[in-house]
Amino acid sequence: MSHPVNPIMSAENPQVAVEHLNLFYGTAQALIDVSFGIPKSQVTALIGPSGCGKSTFLRCINRMNDLVEGLRVEGLITIDGENINDPALDVIELRRKVGMVFQKWNPFPKSIYENVVYGLRIAGIKERSVLDQAAEQSLKRAALWDEVKDRLQQSAMGLSGGQMQRLCIARAVAVHPEIILMDEPCSALDPRSTARIEQLIRELRDEYTIIIVTHNMQQAARISDYTAYMYLGELIEYGPTQKLFTVPERQETEEYITGRFG
Amino acid sequence: MAYNIQTERETLKGHIVYLGTVVEENLQCAIKSLVEKNPDLAYQVVQTDRCEIDAIEIDIEQECLRVMALHQPVACDLRFLVTVLKVNMDLERIGDLAAKIADKVLLLYKADPAYFLSDAMQLPEMFAGMFDKTVWMFRQAMEAFISEDTDLAYKVCLADDEVDLAKRAIYEDLEESIMNDPARQVYLAKLLSVARSMERIADHCTNICEDIIYMAQGRIIRHNLSQ
Repeated sequence: MSHPVNPIMSAENPQVAVEHLNLFYGTAQALIDVSFGIPKSQVTALIGPSGCGKSTFLRCINRMNDLVEGLRVEGLITIDGENINDPALDVIELRRKVGMVFQKWNPFPKSIYENVVYGLRIAGIKERSVLDQAAEQSLKRAALWDEVKDRLQQSAMGLSGGQMQRLCIARAVAVHPEIILMDEPCSALDPRSTARIEQLIRELRDEYTIIIVTHNMQQAARISDYTAYMYLGELIEYGPTQKLFTVPERQETEEYITGRFG
Repeated sequence: MAYNIQTERETLKGHIVYLGTVVEENLQCAIKSLVEKNPDLAYQVVQTDRCEIDAIEIDIEQECLRVMALHQPVACDLRFLVTVLKVNMDLERIGDLAAKIADKVLLLYKADPAYFLSDAMQLPEMFAGMFDKTVWMFRQAMEAFISEDTDLAYKVCLADDEVDLAKRAIYEDLEESIMNDPARQVYLAKLLSVARSMERIADHCTNICEDIIYMAQGRIIRHNLSQ
């Protein structure tokens, strides 16, 4: 069944535009005719029950799904007007432009400093002053600088969970992405660390387009400007978060966010 | 956590219906105390407002806050709870206005019991229509809340104009009477206040119905605005 799309689903001048996206794992279809536009410098939350295709959709935006065997993508995803599935596209460059933070923090077994500048070193930057400046700026943006500035050369593995997750955000922003994808970034964190990450997301919004998958409905309501509700691979409703959480257009959305379903 | 919010909603709805019943009975008694010049009944109305209605209002508010904190409601649940909070406040204000009418009866009686109970003090007939219409609005507002009937809620909103017109007519009539019959001016001035209270009660009934429409449809129709 195809759901009619709320007119607001097409944000004006979207940075990420998705048109008739279908995704198949072999013969199983995981995304069904998904179309919407994600606005620049806003936080967009993807919500929906497990298995609805949120994370699959998120991974389409920086082509992380390319690594999955038997996966097939149809339809169009453009970022700033550029087709990201164009065979001629440099995927490494795409992933620099579209950073990602995962559910479970994944710092490298290196120093805090080396974690942050890792992407820059891969890009061939060797000048110490450039790396130092990038490390400081990125850690400040991730609201971690004050806590680690005196132990930058110590192992990242000694940080707390919340600090490691912020380190991963610092690592993501160090390469100057335009879009940051977050796949349940707070699901393994305590409430205090979650609050720090949520505050950070609000602060980063001015500089980056953030797309976040979350199972925490209140988190989506608190931090996002737009929310998309997905179910069984379809986009059911997309619109301003305030509207979706007070007067949703669709009955299915209301039933899900009020806990009557899902 | 949200699995039993429906139960919480039903419980809160029951509390509002109970408060509505107590307020309506008190309003009826306030009118009766004025029409029948019954100071004992007026005293009872004031006491019920202070001792019972105010306490129920606080209980409902606390219950709403508890449900909000525990369930963090959204969408229809959020709209329901916001509506309950507002309806609760409107009902309490209607209770206060009923008590205010009863208070006028007590003041008139205390000032001059014999004169108050004499035939010289006759309530103008125009009040009967205003009382009936306002009580009708109150009952229908509660019915609309119980059944989430937005058509009925709209009807109640439209009836508010009739009460406003009735108040205006009563004001003109009373002002003329005050000029022509200065001996009764204290009594008639108190009746101005009664008419004003009834008109305010009708306004609160309208507020309740506007909130019911928001609860059911998510549209704010207050101040002729719609979203």
